[in-house]
Amino acid sequence: MNATTFSAALPRHAAMSGRRLFGAYLAEAKYECLRALRAPAFAIPFLVLPVALYVLFGILMAGSMSHGDATVARIMFVNWSVFGMMGPGMFGFGIFVAQERDHGLLALKRALPMPPAAYLLAKMFMTMTFAAIIMVTLIVPGLAFGHLRLSVGQFLAVSLINIFGSLPFCAIGLFVGTLVSAKSAPAFVNLAYLPMMHLGGLFYPLPKSVQPLEFLSPAFYLAKLGLRVAGAPSLDQISGASGPSSYGHSTLYAAVLVAVTLLLGALAIRRLTRGIGQERAHKLPQAVSVPSKA
Amino acid sequence: MNGESLAELAGVSKRYGSVVALDGLDLDVRRGELLAILGPNGAGKTTAISLLLGLQQPDTGKASLFHQSPQKLEARRQVGVMMQEVTLAEDLRVREHIDLIGHYYPDPLSPEAAMEMTRTTPLAARPYGKLSAGQKRQVQFAVAVCGRPKLLFLDEPTVGLDVQARAVLWETIRSLVKQGSSIVLTTHYLEEAQALADRVVVLAKGRLIASGTVSEMRALVSRKRITCSTTLTFEEIATWPGVESVTRDRELLHITVTDAEEVTRRLVIADPKVRDLEVHRAGLAEAFTELTQESAS
Repeated sequence: MNATTFSAALPRHAAMSGRRLFGAYLAEAKYECLRALRAPAFAIPFLVLPVALYVLFGILMAGSMSHGDATVARIMFVNWSVFGMMGPGMFGFGIFVAQERDHGLLALKRALPMPPAAYLLAKMFMTMTFAAIIMVTLIVPGLAFGHLRLSVGQFLAVSLINIFGSLPFCAIGLFVGTLVSAKSAPAFVNLAYLPMMHLGGLFYPLPKSVQPLEFLSPAFYLAKLGLRVAGAPSLDQISGASGPSSYGHSTLYAAVLVAVTLLLGALAIRRLTRGIGQERAHKLPQAVSVPSKA
Repeated sequence: MNGESLAELAGVSKRYGSVVALDGLDLDVRRGELLAILGPNGAGKTTAISLLLGLQQPDTGKASLFHQSPQKLEARRQVGVMMQEVTLAEDLRVREHIDLIGHYYPDPLSPEAAMEMTRTTPLAARPYGKLSAGQKRQVQFAVAVCGRPKLLFLDEPTVGLDVQARAVLWETIRSLVKQGSSIVLTTHYLEEAQALADRVVVLAKGRLIASGTVSEMRALVSRKRITCSTTLTFEEIATWPGVESVTRDRELLHITVTDAEEVTRRLVIADPKVRDLEVHRAGLAEAFTELTQESAS
């Protein structure tokens, strides 16, 4: 019965309607989100950790130390939300891409008629979905008992900046994911993630001598954008230092984030589209046991 | 079979550094046929398939798929693929994998139909990561056929399958060919090629060393195999001219010969009481061994 179904509907031509093509992009995005949400090693740290740490350090500790100061509450909210934005993109791209390269899934999808942009767009969509969930999970306790007072517009603006601000971290993760093997990907992603997190000036004011290094961390630029919208200074600024935090305009911060995304994204995509041949080349000589000259 | 070529490599060479993977290979896959590509490890089978699927570009020569570049999405929308060594996303369920891949095609089977065809329906709700190795291969096969491809590439499809699952896969492959699909099969199991293929090509060191139907391939080599039960000793028969090798299996001797008539005559004269005498043409396994040995010498 199935046999008949199969032959009767062999496609006469391989054209695909715009609607079906859009359906392919949607399906890829939907299943990328599902698999990430179902992977406990991914979903638990990146969805639970930001809110848990924000409540512990941003609300309970900083809140009691500052006696519920509204400015501190805004800084904590923006900074911990930026922390939340870093993980899904960096690890979601870094580790998943490295695994899918190593495990042959990327090659299979390239051999199959997957629309070429669907692979990366789906992962971007997954990261932005995680980012949106994280924003909601931080806003709720912030409003409930974190002395957080922002207008609806400010909440929306900070959330949108952060959701799109997760993209540079996707590009960094993607770049690492195209460079290293699945086994070493977590180590290499952490190597970028941890310094970037601390140099972003998110958790404590940096000593003045270290402050120029803040320029190296996309987290710094993203936090500055969010703080600007929330009408709060950075931790460096309230600690009285006049380092890099006092420079720059929002446009410049945004431009840096866009540039990081485009540059690393382009380098990584170049490696991905050219890389398959090289990977095969690595495998092949092991299999060749016969001398090539008769 | 009307002979229209669906996929073609024309004078294709591919090197990886100093290793020649393919050396001026011509290969075509015709409509409605099951083509088996055989060859030892490193013969260039996987490289040939990668070129036909657009995963790599030839250094020289041309690869085409449905008369266009394999890089074109329109060409690959008519193709299904089952590769060696692929891990699908472990947290997605079987039905979800088939549904996802089906979305890449203009007119796919429903996931239910694809699962019924490949007998994977009982696995539908299981996460891929929880399946056995054999079940994973079955799901990969379901993924390969779910887009109703005109041309199916199967790279070592039955590795890791138990006897029953292999029988199901063979049956599905046969029925697909009967309905007009074309299939390219690479396999290490010669019995698989012998059982399924319309045409066999043998690659060695990136070159095509033989091509033909299974029976043409067997006829290409002159070896035959004599089986009998005799009082003559193993060592004695091994010294006769025309005898390549002798093996014993309980009371039966298996004698591989290049001149079956002469050896049979001598056997009957030397042991008039010889029993269970049978002469077989060489199987594909013997043909293949001989062909690849010749090309290596």
